[in-house]
Amino acid sequence: MSGRTGLLVRLKRSAPFALDVAFEAPAGAVTALFGPSGSGKTTVLRAIAGLQAVDAAEVSCDGATWQSTTQRIELPAHRRPVGFVFQDYGLFPHLTVRQQLELPMGHRPADARRARVTELLAVTRLQELADRRPAALSGGQQQRVAIARALARDPAVLLLDEPFAAVDWALRESLRHELISLQRRLALTVVLVTHDFDDVTKLASHLVVLDRGEVRAAGTIEELTARNAIEGIGERHDPGVALDGQVIGQLPERQLTVVGADAMQFEIPAIAAAVGAAVRIRLAARDVILARHRPEGLSLHNVLEARVLAVQPAPNEALRMVHLQAGTCRVLSLVTADAVRSLGLAPGVPVLALVKAVAVEAFA
Amino acid sequence: MDWTALALSLRLGVVTVALLLPAAFLLARWLAYGRFRGRGFVEALVALPLVLPPTVVGFYLLVAFGQGSWLGVAAASLLGHPLVFSFEGLVLASLLVNLPFAVQPMQNALAAIPPSIRDAARCCGLSPASTVRRIELPLALPGIATAAVLTFAHTLGEFGVVLMVGGSIPGETRTMAIAIYDRVQAFDEPAAAAMASLLLVVAVAALGITNTLARRAARRE
Repeated sequence: MSGRTGLLVRLKRSAPFALDVAFEAPAGAVTALFGPSGSGKTTVLRAIAGLQAVDAAEVSCDGATWQSTTQRIELPAHRRPVGFVFQDYGLFPHLTVRQQLELPMGHRPADARRARVTELLAVTRLQELADRRPAALSGGQQQRVAIARALARDPAVLLLDEPFAAVDWALRESLRHELISLQRRLALTVVLVTHDFDDVTKLASHLVVLDRGEVRAAGTIEELTARNAIEGIGERHDPGVALDGQVIGQLPERQLTVVGADAMQFEIPAIAAAVGAAVRIRLAARDVILARHRPEGLSLHNVLEARVLAVQPAPNEALRMVHLQAGTCRVLSLVTADAVRSLGLAPGVPVLALVKAVAVEAFA
Repeated sequence: MDWTALALSLRLGVVTVALLLPAAFLLARWLAYGRFRGRGFVEALVALPLVLPPTVVGFYLLVAFGQGSWLGVAAASLLGHPLVFSFEGLVLASLLVNLPFAVQPMQNALAAIPPSIRDAARCCGLSPASTVRRIELPLALPGIATAAVLTFAHTLGEFGVVLMVGGSIPGETRTMAIAIYDRVQAFDEPAAAAMASLLLVVAVAALGITNTLARRAARRE
C-alpha cells in the first residue's frame, strides 16, 4: 500500500447554491463530512465520484488526478476507482447478491472474479444470501451488500452517503461496529457523509464540518472535540472529547474493561473486545467532575490528574467550560460558575478529573 | 379468410416492431434522462398520432410520400417505384403512426429506474454502453415488451392510415383490416366475421400479455 496519500478535494460551484470547499481525507482513515441538510455534503461526495458537475474542481487520490479544471482533466465516473454506498443503497433489483458483486469487477480477469466474490461474501457475512435478490433482503443485509459491492471495485476510497439513515436505531449500532471493523481490517480510506454526530464520534478520526457550502471546521476528532464548541455545529452537539484508545486489560471478576488512551487509563463496564483492540471513547463534558483533593468512599473508578488550561464561557450563563490537559490529551468539563469560584479554578491549577465508569462512552 | 392479407399484416407487424423498437428505445431514453429545452414539444410530437384522426395522418403522409415532395422523389428513385401504394410506404407510415405506442411504455419504464441505480452502475465502473446493456435494458424489459406487443397489435389493426397511404393492393398493401372492409363491402359477412374474430383474439392476447408484464414489473419493485 505504498503511495497512499489519501484524497485531496477542492470544489467550487456558484449555482444552484454556492459551494466552496477544500479538505483532505487521509489514507486509511475515516473522514466525516458533517453538516445539516442543505449544507452541500452530499453534493461534495457526488462530485468526488464524478456524478455531479461543479464549476471548478481539483480532485486527486493517492497521487492520481481524477479531476483538475486547471489541467483540463476530468475522469468520467466509471473511470474513478471509488466505492459509493448510496443512502438508499442503489442495489440492482434484477441481480442476485453474487451478481451484484461480480458486476464491478471489470478490472479483474474473469477467472479471478469468482474467488474474490467468495472472499467478499465472507468478509461481509453474506454467504448464505449469495443467491438472493435485493427484494428478499432486510435493510441491514441490503446495506452489507451495498458495502460489499462498493469494495468489489477495489476502490481507492469508499464514499458513504448517510449509510445509517435508512435503518432503525438498534440496527444502526451493530452496522457501525461492522463498518468500523471492516475499515480497520482493510485499512480503507473512507469519506462518510452524516448529519448524526454519533456517527462522527464513533467512527471518524477526521472531521470536516460543512455549512451552507463552506468548510466551517476541519481537523482530527480529538482536536475538534476538545474545543469549547465546534464551528458550524453550535448547540446541537453535546460537548465532550472523543479519544482513540485500546483495550489494555479485561477484569472479568470485577466485570470491568481497562481502556488506555494516551497516558490515561479508564475502567469501564466490561465490553466484548480483545486486549489490543482499538476503542473509541467519549467523555461528555457534563459527566466530568472536578476535585482539588482525591475523594474517598465514592462509587468512582476513574480519577485523572489534570491541569486547568482555560476556563471559558458556556452557552448557559450559569455554567463554564473548563479545558483540562491530562497527559497529552485534552479533556472538557462543564461545571457551574459557582464551582469555578469555590474551587478557585484558573489556568495552571492542578485538579483531579473524576469520571464514572458508566459515563465513559466506549465504541469498539 | 384472406390468407394473403393475414400474411401481409403479420409481415408488416414484424417489420415495424423490428425497425421501430431500437430507434424508439433511444428516443425514449433521451426523453427519460435527457435534460434539454423543448422536451415537452418533442413528447407532444411523439404523441400526435394518438390524437390525430388516422385519415388526417394518412392524408399528410400521402402528400409527403407523393411525387410532389422531396421525400417521395428520393424514395422513388431509390426503390424504383413510388412510395405510395407500396409495402415500403406502408412500413414507413406504420413506423410513424406507432411511435407513441413504442416510445411511451419504454420511456415510463426507463424513468421508473431510481437515479441511484444508474449512479451505482457508473460507480461500479460500467461505461454508458454497458449500463444500457446490463442495467437499463433488463430493468426496462417489461416496458420494452409492452411496447412491442402494443406496436404489433396496433399495426395489425390500423385501418385509416393504411387505406390512405396504401390503398388495397392484394399482397402489397391489403392488410387484414382492409380485407375485412372489402369483404363487408362485398356482402361476404362470413369471411369478414372470421377475420374480425382473428383480430379480436390477437387484441385480447396482446392486452393479456401487457397486463401480465406490467404486473410482473410491479412485483419486482
